Amino acid sequence: MNTIAQLLQNNKKKILENWMQNQLSDTSLRDDLISNEELRRQSDELINGLSRATAGGNVDNIYAPEYEPVVEILSDISITRARQGFSPRETGMYVLSLKQAIITVLQDKYSEQPEVLYKELLTVNNLLDMLSMVTFDTYIKGREEVILRQTDEINEISTPVIRVWEGILALPIIGTLDSARTQIVMENLLQEIVNTGSSIAILDISGVPAVDSLVAQHLIKTVSATRLMGAECIISGIRAEIAQTIVHLGIDLSNIKTKASLASALQLAFSMRSVEVRKISKNTGFHIGR
Amino acid sequence: MIVMTKDTMQIVREQDVVPFRNRVREMCTKIGMSLVNQTKLITAASELVRNMLKYANGGKVVLETISKNAQAGIRLVFVDEGPGIADIHQAMRDGFSTGKSLGLGLPGAKRLVNEFDIKSATGEGTTVTIIHWKNGR
Amino acid sequence: MDRIPILKMGPFLLVTIQVDLYDRLALTLENDLISMVSKTGARGVLIDISAVSIVDSFMGRILGNIASMSRIMDAETVVVGMQPAVAITLVELGLTLQGVYTALDVEKGMELLQDKIGIFEDPEQEKEGPDDSDD
Repeated sequence: MNTIAQLLQNNKKKILENWMQNQLSDTSLRDDLISNEELRRQSDELINGLSRATAGGNVDNIYAPEYEPVVEILSDISITRARQGFSPRETGMYVLSLKQAIITVLQDKYSEQPEVLYKELLTVNNLLDMLSMVTFDTYIKGREEVILRQTDEINEISTPVIRVWEGILALPIIGTLDSARTQIVMENLLQEIVNTGSSIAILDISGVPAVDSLVAQHLIKTVSATRLMGAECIISGIRAEIAQTIVHLGIDLSNIKTKASLASALQLAFSMRSVEVRKISKNTGFHIGR
Repeated sequence: MIVMTKDTMQIVREQDVVPFRNRVREMCTKIGMSLVNQTKLITAASELVRNMLKYANGGKVVLETISKNAQAGIRLVFVDEGPGIADIHQAMRDGFSTGKSLGLGLPGAKRLVNEFDIKSATGEGTTVTIIHWKNGR
Repeated sequence: MDRIPILKMGPFLLVTIQVDLYDRLALTLENDLISMVSKTGARGVLIDISAVSIVDSFMGRILGNIASMSRIMDAETVVVGMQPAVAITLVELGLTLQGVYTALDVEKGMELLQDKIGIFEDPEQEKEGPDDSDD
């Protein structure tokens, strides 16, 4: 059995104590996010895993199967911390302070044999650096997952399909229209067309900050898909500057019904469905009101 | 990237197309791919299989369930030993066809899936690889 | 050999595709439909694809062909009930079925056809409608 493994096995308690001390003495420790018991449990688990992994003599390849439990524990901790809102520094400190703890024990034991001490220090350094890489990797992955989930949520929330009249749907688009967003807009719109049996859909782009050729292409795709389903699509909310860019970019929207405002689009939709909106003369209105 | 399941299907007649599509659909359902993404992948696969039948009298398809960064996906490899494609660049253009079709097969299939790769040598055959991820990106 | 049944409903032909079409079946359908149009002098063709989960460029071409051929014989074609996933895929594929009318369901497709060829069920409107609707 190699020195590191032996050291870990024989001094588990001591290392854990050192480590806990290091962690607790760090002023940035977020005891509001994690309890002492929880921290101790996690740390104990990791040292045990590490001691088992090194027992086979492998101290430089953390991708070997015997390291799987260690990497798993570490990833688990980093991902949980990323989600809980720990900073990267706090998450990184966790493993790096273990290095400090092991080194202290090493120093105590081999202070008389500088050669062995040097060699073992290097090994420990190497191994724990690699493990801290794992922490960062998974920490970032954890954060990315959070971002991805939020993106999905925002996309989901920001594309409501509203039934404004029998057979008429309206879909106000707010924010930039990229291809992922277009996909969701299309799916929601088409599904709602099926669900409500609507034959007219109004796509309002007043909330879209800019229309470039890519956005226009996405709009045209949505209109084409709506047509394939057998419904008609009106695009409304075309501001002056959007009309200008569309013409300057040479985008052809002549096959698509466009309107400046949602109100005029609704009016067009009404006339397409042969619906008339009339003002009721005030007297009669009063009468009914009474 | 990890390959989780691997399967091969021979496509020699046009009657093989529907069972093949059903097999792909089964795989998609297994990894929980959404209906729209399923439809895109199967349509792309359908185009490629049709090309294989038309230009190379059939070939084989390797169907794999794969996983990368905890994301599941489907990889399909279409291998034929037909005449090959002389000018891939041209074949990938919309509206180009040596047969009597709309010429949407290859470029259309490419637009429908996340990853697309084509290799071909005249006289030796063509290999097309497509990957579509579970969430479609 | 398998065949897709074609129903005659007044001046219209109705086809409901219930299975995934393989190529020969689709080609047979194209043939059958066109000969039916010519035999019955139908004015409209309704193709219900609500049960079809995959439309690739070949199927798209068949639908386009049916529409173009029928038009030459003075009949309009309406494809009804396309599934959202299929519509999104077709657009991505680059196929917009130019020249084919579409409707949400058979009922709306029927209305559209009546509109297109000028047959009105409402007797009052019939007077105003063009007289060349039927013989």
